Amino acid sequence: MIDFDVIIGARTLESVFAEYPVARDFFLNLNLPPLDEKKPLAEALFDATDDWLLEFGLTRAEIPELFAEFLRTMTATQAARRVGSLTILGGRDKDGAPENIELRVEAGTVISIVGPTGSGKSRLLADIECLAQGDTPTGRRILIDDASIDEEERFRLEGKIVAQLSQNMNFVMDLTVAEFLEMHARSRAVGAAESGDASELINLCFECANSLAGEKFTLDTKVTQLSGGQSRALMIADCAYMSRSAIVLIDEIENAGVDRREAIALLAQSEKIVLISTHDPLLALGADKRVVIKNGGIFKILETSPEEKRSLGEIEKIDRLLYNARRTLREGGRIDNVGDI
Amino acid sequence: MKMITVAGPPSSGKTSVILRLAGSIKLKIGVVKFDCLTSFDKARYDDAGIPVQVGLSGKFCPDHFFVNNVEGGVSWGLRQDLDVLITESAGLCNRCSPHITGITSVCVVDSLSGVHTPRKIGPMLKFADIVVVTKGDIVSQAEREVFAWSVKQANGSAQILSVNGITGQGAFMLGKKVLEARDITSIEDTRLRFTTPAAACAYCTGETRIGEAYQMGMMRKMEFDG
Repeated sequence: MIDFDVIIGARTLESVFAEYPVARDFFLNLNLPPLDEKKPLAEALFDATDDWLLEFGLTRAEIPELFAEFLRTMTATQAARRVGSLTILGGRDKDGAPENIELRVEAGTVISIVGPTGSGKSRLLADIECLAQGDTPTGRRILIDDASIDEEERFRLEGKIVAQLSQNMNFVMDLTVAEFLEMHARSRAVGAAESGDASELINLCFECANSLAGEKFTLDTKVTQLSGGQSRALMIADCAYMSRSAIVLIDEIENAGVDRREAIALLAQSEKIVLISTHDPLLALGADKRVVIKNGGIFKILETSPEEKRSLGEIEKIDRLLYNARRTLREGGRIDNVGDI
Repeated sequence: MKMITVAGPPSSGKTSVILRLAGSIKLKIGVVKFDCLTSFDKARYDDAGIPVQVGLSGKFCPDHFFVNNVEGGVSWGLRQDLDVLITESAGLCNRCSPHITGITSVCVVDSLSGVHTPRKIGPMLKFADIVVVTKGDIVSQAEREVFAWSVKQANGSAQILSVNGITGQGAFMLGKKVLEARDITSIEDTRLRFTTPAAACAYCTGETRIGEAYQMGMMRKMEFDG
């Protein structure tokens, strides 16, 4: 643990800013007039007026403490928890019948979730998202690295361990792709060293998103102007390279103009645990295992067999045929003979 | 009786979050809604069978109005034999906070409102124990992460929870926190976590004319460049 009280007490603001770029935000958030950065904080604060301090209900003595607290939080927020495995311990279905299952999923594995609409696929994703401990309507329990999670840990991990991707998600920021990626990179950088690596990461993310998207876009395209497929591609690439979450939950990303299989493979490669709720045979069979949901409960867990892998090849051909047909029509062509496309 | 103060910008989803919370815990909840001019939420609480009182501040400063009436709300809650009393208020000028020392405080913010919003909201968020982020299901994961980071910047010690006001996802985690809230029988002599705005000027008393001649009392003047 870094002792920020000592750092702040001993070093000039300039050197603290150099090492922790996020530190500047503390002063921006408080709307503090520019301080003399050649001095340590306590000394520099003598230049601040009492009026300003009063406005924020602060005292001179408090600010260094708050600043240290801020740095502790901002650096700790970034610490990612590695997850080696996720285990789902069965609960019960809508009628209360026990599921009697135990599914252990290791990092880098893809699991698909299939079942009729309304059968409970989203409920399973929700149980994983909140790291259910027998306290949701299904009674399921989620273990991380074979251990249950106590309340405190659960609240601490909220929003940090599970990333989500769904068809309903949109970009809402008025930023270009480059600015957007920079912003995300900045929010996860701990120190200056990591900020330095950002440009490499941004490029990697951008190129990957472009290779997943059917139509290309540039770094200065506004994220809000991306097509559905391009948005999805950028979200997936961002999730793979930038997000620290070890578990990715995907709810329906079919028909999005994205190379779906490539996208899922990318997430698995980055050592994430991927669970996809889907009606798409390509995604369902592309997974290592699939969970079949019926009447709110886990009905079956099937391993994708070698025969199914072969069938997957056939389905891919059909998918490619449909893709080419779509492209031909878009470009103003005719489809007189299916064999020609 | 437990007491929770819920604050958040207009239309951030406070009422939906409270309704979802009520649905996720098996306790008798009552709400005192503080608003300025109108409130359309009474019907929603009535429909859900949640006892509600609405207070409109009208021409009074909404924050001062809150402080002057919150104790009455507590007495009402005790008379109604509530398990949980929730005060709901919009921090209208983003300067104030209805949060009280020792009383669990919640700030509701909307992920669609822009990633820097948490850094602009002020004491309402800064002094909250729990920050509930709504509408996170429709923005990208990256924006959710940046938003949470922005909340951390403004309030490092708050618990951040994502709640979906439509499906109720996440409300049950909020419920767990509410159950941990302290039991109270009175809030007399407790303190606000932040001061309310200092103002006693001509405009506070109904003046509408513009001009130096009409400006009296406590005021602050901007300095313009050039």
